[in-house]
Amino acid sequence: MADSSPNVVDPPTATGRTAGWMLALPLLAVAVYFARLLPAVAGGETFQFARDWVPSLGLRLSFTLDGLSLLFVLMVCVVGTLVLIYAGGYMAGRKYLGRFFTFLVLFTVSMLGLVLADNLLLLYVFWELTSICSYFLIGFESDRPQARAAALQALLVTGGGGLALLAGVILLARAGGSYELSALLNQGDALRTHALYVPALLLILAGAFTKSAQFPFHFWLPGAMEAPTPVSAYLHSATMVKAGVYLMARLSPALGGTELWLWTVTGVGGVTMVVAAWMSLTQSDLKRILAYSTVSALGMLTFLIGLGGPLASQAAMAYLIGHALYKGALFFVAGSVDHETGTRDINQLSGLGKAMPMTALASAVAALSMAGLPPLFGFIAKELAYEATLHAPAKIWITTAAVTASVLLIAAAALAGLRPFLGKARATPRPAHEAPLSMLLGPLVLGVLSLVFGVWPAWAADALVSAATSAVVGQQQSVHLALWHGVTPPLVLSAITLACGIAVYAARGLILRLSALWGRAAQWGPAGWYELALRGLNGLAISQTRLLQSGYLRHYLMITVGATVALVGYALFARGVWRANVDWTDLRIYEAALAALILMAILMAILKESRLAAIAALGVVGYGVALIFVLFGAPDLAMTQFLVETLTVILFVLVFYHLPEDQRVREGAGRWRDAALAIAVGGLMSALVLVGTPENFPPISSFFDEHSVPQGHGRNVVNVILVDFRAMDTMGEITVLSIAAAGVYALLKLRKRPDSVTDDVEQARAEDQAAVTSDVAPTPEPPKPPRATDLDEASASFILRPASRLLFPLLLLFSIFLLFRGHNEPGGGFSGGLVAASAFILYRFAFGVQATRGLLPVSPLSLFGGGLLISASCGVLALLEGYPLLTALWSTWFVPGFGELHVGTPLLFDVGVYITVIGVTLTIILPLAEE
Amino acid sequence: MMANVLLVLPLLIPLLTAATSFLAWRRTALHRALAVVGAAALLAAGIALLVYVWNHGTIATQAGAWPAPFGITLVADLFSALMVVLAGVVGLAVVIFSLGSMDRGREAYGYYPLVHGLLLGVCGAFLTGDLFNLYVWFEVMLMASFVLLALGGERAQLHGGIKYVTLNLVSSAVFLAAVGILYGLTGTLNMADLAERLNRIGPHSAVTAVGMLFLIAFGIKAAMFPLFFWLPASYHTPPGAASALFAGLLTKVGVYALIRVFTLLFVHEREFTHLLILVLSGLTMVTGVLGAVAQQEFRRVLSFHIISQIGYMTMGLGLAGLVDSPALAAVALAGSIFYIAHHIIVKTNLFLVSTVARRICGTFDLKLQGGLYQSQPLLAVLFLVPALSLAGIPPLSGFFAKLSLVQAGLNAEQYAIAATALAVGLLTLFSMTKIWAEAFWKPMPGTPTENAAASLLAPAQTRRLLIPIGALALLTVAIGLGAEFVFTLATGAAEQLLHRESYIQAVMGGTP
Repeated sequence: MADSSPNVVDPPTATGRTAGWMLALPLLAVAVYFARLLPAVAGGETFQFARDWVPSLGLRLSFTLDGLSLLFVLMVCVVGTLVLIYAGGYMAGRKYLGRFFTFLVLFTVSMLGLVLADNLLLLYVFWELTSICSYFLIGFESDRPQARAAALQALLVTGGGGLALLAGVILLARAGGSYELSALLNQGDALRTHALYVPALLLILAGAFTKSAQFPFHFWLPGAMEAPTPVSAYLHSATMVKAGVYLMARLSPALGGTELWLWTVTGVGGVTMVVAAWMSLTQSDLKRILAYSTVSALGMLTFLIGLGGPLASQAAMAYLIGHALYKGALFFVAGSVDHETGTRDINQLSGLGKAMPMTALASAVAALSMAGLPPLFGFIAKELAYEATLHAPAKIWITTAAVTASVLLIAAAALAGLRPFLGKARATPRPAHEAPLSMLLGPLVLGVLSLVFGVWPAWAADALVSAATSAVVGQQQSVHLALWHGVTPPLVLSAITLACGIAVYAARGLILRLSALWGRAAQWGPAGWYELALRGLNGLAISQTRLLQSGYLRHYLMITVGATVALVGYALFARGVWRANVDWTDLRIYEAALAALILMAILMAILKESRLAAIAALGVVGYGVALIFVLFGAPDLAMTQFLVETLTVILFVLVFYHLPEDQRVREGAGRWRDAALAIAVGGLMSALVLVGTPENFPPISSFFDEHSVPQGHGRNVVNVILVDFRAMDTMGEITVLSIAAAGVYALLKLRKRPDSVTDDVEQARAEDQAAVTSDVAPTPEPPKPPRATDLDEASASFILRPASRLLFPLLLLFSIFLLFRGHNEPGGGFSGGLVAASAFILYRFAFGVQATRGLLPVSPLSLFGGGLLISASCGVLALLEGYPLLTALWSTWFVPGFGELHVGTPLLFDVGVYITVIGVTLTIILPLAEE
Repeated sequence: MMANVLLVLPLLIPLLTAATSFLAWRRTALHRALAVVGAAALLAAGIALLVYVWNHGTIATQAGAWPAPFGITLVADLFSALMVVLAGVVGLAVVIFSLGSMDRGREAYGYYPLVHGLLLGVCGAFLTGDLFNLYVWFEVMLMASFVLLALGGERAQLHGGIKYVTLNLVSSAVFLAAVGILYGLTGTLNMADLAERLNRIGPHSAVTAVGMLFLIAFGIKAAMFPLFFWLPASYHTPPGAASALFAGLLTKVGVYALIRVFTLLFVHEREFTHLLILVLSGLTMVTGVLGAVAQQEFRRVLSFHIISQIGYMTMGLGLAGLVDSPALAAVALAGSIFYIAHHIIVKTNLFLVSTVARRICGTFDLKLQGGLYQSQPLLAVLFLVPALSLAGIPPLSGFFAKLSLVQAGLNAEQYAIAATALAVGLLTLFSMTKIWAEAFWKPMPGTPTENAAASLLAPAQTRRLLIPIGALALLTVAIGLGAEFVFTLATGAAEQLLHRESYIQAVMGGTP
């Protein structure tokens, strides 16, 4: 199918027409190829092809051609060929024909795959593809909202059924141990008694019923008439909607024959065929009449497959052929009428026979076949159906249903196929004229086939029906069709049917009045349920999302923390006895005092209204933590913590300088709820910290104590951990710092609106709920010229400047001292870097930003970039030497007057940390102090 | 030796790229070039790692040459190596897309080094074998993503950023507390060592309670129900390329961590922990997809779908913990891994498509978009591939991802979750068709002149942006058609995860 035109260019009119013919040829070749296999297949032969695709999931590219497949393949190919030719004429002059034909061809391939697949998952793959193609084809005229809605409706209904089918198929494979039809069909008895039989069957039937538009899922099919008519003729009458029927017929040897099967399938089919046939009479749109009558025919097919057995199966197969022939023709005719007159409303159409004689002829043949009149094939099919119903259980009911549907369909056939062409000619939106050859070929060929199959069934119909029936029944069948069987009960029924059908047609006025009464109730029908479900879904979605995604950060935090409390609390308390694993006796008084101090500071931080007071209280917490580090022998950490706390306070003060005054403190119940939640979390964490397990493991930290000096060459364990044992953590952390610094810098410098931070909760909420954002370039602000602010002037006091001049080099020296002693004594890159940064900050307060910048050789951002590179390259050095990343490389130098000096990459690593910390701190603080 | 190098390259490459870019702060052209080279190198390194692990099994390197459990171990099994490859794919695609879509201001203020910072955090999280080190990489990731999110300082960005960072800091706090408490219980941080020590403790409520802390911490990262709020509050605010990067990678690191700790560490009370995960998976799927149904904005729809699909990814984990048969557990977990791989590529791509659509229509609002099927047929096809894949339409990658999980669910007789997964699939299709019908099918509202004025670039300019999109779409098709290959890989990864001894052996068995 390489000549399916690419969907980018819109072919000019002539190409559209040619494309139909061009595409039809290969499909015709396929039809011929398969038709030649008919004798062999009718003789009981099957053809197979198998390749692996995803064997892990049970999906194989396995295909089998038997009688049932062949029947469908020929239907798909023959109708497809005619549809492509027809579409070339029908769609001529429209835009986007390339896309149209692409989807049509894709559909054809999928449909062929569906009916040939031996692997059920493969069948499902094609099944879904046909649904998707159908979606795009129904919505082809996508400018119209109705087309889009109908496409969606069809997709949701068939797609939903498809998912049920998938579940059913998996269950069936679980019961039968294989996804291959060839393996499953032989073990019907085992399957029917398996525990998974009922769910598997019901799920598969759900898939089949939705696809084949069975009640109550039928409503999507009339909606699908929004598609261009060739699509309706092909997908929504001849092929795709029969996929469900195909599946039921295919699986009937494995799943059929039970009471559940009989009454579900027959029942649903029976209701569908009667209700839909009735509905078809109440329509005035040609295509909708045909759509409902298609639903009715699908119901009849389902009904017959439900009955099962050789008689009903052969009737179903014959009916299938008959329907494909006449309904395809009638859809073609409807399309031609629409195309040539500009309307499909039967109340506007009459007497077209004169203007469109060939179309009228084809239409008449098709309508008579649909009505089941001899010598057309429809007659044979209907006779067989009656024969089957007369042999069914509860035959009175069953037969009555079949007759009723047939009666109504006769009226529908007259309405759609005969009425527009008879009577007096009327004015139509476009003056009526005969359709072009491409659009006549389809209906005429199908009409001729209806006649040939009826008159001369032995030519091909016998073989087709026998072969297909054999596959459905599961054993070889030989069927001989004939128009004349003598005066048999079916013939009598046929006569009655015809008489009643004519009467019903005559009484259509009554039916319309009845249905007008019924019309009000009809909105509560299945189509109404769909609307309701859709609206309900949207409503549910919106209210659920409003509830959960409320836009309030406070709510989000509450739910998150609440979930933590619930899950941890449940795991800890509800599922076992909690016992603290603590010896309180070694608690020393100053430890308790420190804890109390921290707790009080926390309370202060919460209760204080003023921001500054809260920050001060938090500072106390920080210093308290630093004291804990001191108490537990980590002076390094304590020192770093002190420095960080100090810098943080400076930072806060600088930030507050820019913040608006307003602050909100929650009142009343909300506060208590927050407090309860906070206490619950705190309590839970404490309980978790205090709990122990029976096992008592040695902590890995003892390793650090032992190996710090001999292998880490440092007496300061904390520093050795930072630059050697766990240098990778440090590497990550200085990266975090660098990124944070770059972020702060960008936030301060690259802003669209300087005032965009507000405290406005409602605004924030609104933006959370409804998006307004742009992807556009926010223009970076031009660098401001340096200016001496009041702050600068005021702070540049007489004392500060000389003091700073003196202190700056001293602090820098001290920081370097800290850096290099760090490996053995408290100190190191972190604290050294912070001290150095403090020196710069001091200098900035004395001499201003510009002067401070001048002290730096490069921009602070480059500084931390360089620091990162230095640290990282220490790691790489080891790699180059053939050791793992960050392995310390040491060498011993002899320094005169000092003695032996161990020099190693960890020290260089710490230098990197030192530089990074300076760069990071200055990157953040200098711009803040600038404004 | 090989392991030493292969395991650290995915960290060194983005680190050096970012550090060099910071060093050359003002040289934006250099940033761009470095970013592309770095991302391509990362992808290559990831592939090399994956191939090596495929051939040699789980590998480890002890940073600083300190033996496990005392130093920090980097470990790569198939799962982590695969994740690194995916990070490379997303990184490369997003960086290339950014070249043509990112504004000058953001480029000048460190966009590219930040992207590499994010990739560093992500790869570090995938490769570390140490719980505290994992925390560090999470911090790298969080900081880089927060800065990327806020970069540009637009009002919406800042509002989204505040929620993002606050809730993620809660995650960090919980994570850190959990690491501390676990260290208190076991005295170690190395994950393999932890696995052994927790084995010796066996089922214990304190351990499970700590497990819950990890579930919360990683659940927030993964955007599971009911912890996902930060995601829909923020993902629609940054430039499209940045949100595509987030959509592809961030939550998946959370899922990765969940899978890691709930297959390696917290496996002794599975009837509680994994059932809980399964239930939360179902709720995540449903609430996420309903959120998507409620939205009318391109990226918001996509954002809620991320949540929904996180549920699928954790579903396999939950199932794997609840079945007795090891083979079935492997299949379920393989389903999760397959889903992750599929989702990362598809979701990144959809965000990229949304950005192009937005540039053409001038808005992300679906009501105001339209006409793209007519004017941009190539874009339409490139949207359909990931969109239909996301909805699980065969034969695209998403179908196999869904199929494997549903099969696992039904075979494990967990019918409720299987039914949920299928139903949510239909709703996913529903909201993908909403985007299709609004942005592509529907004619664009407004007059042609209005629309031309709204558009941010001429249609011809989109061509360049379509290259990474097309590449990702091809990958989606390839994963579908070559599903067996990917599934074999995923099954191998799952078997390694479930066979904890091999992991422990690789880490603790001495330095290579």
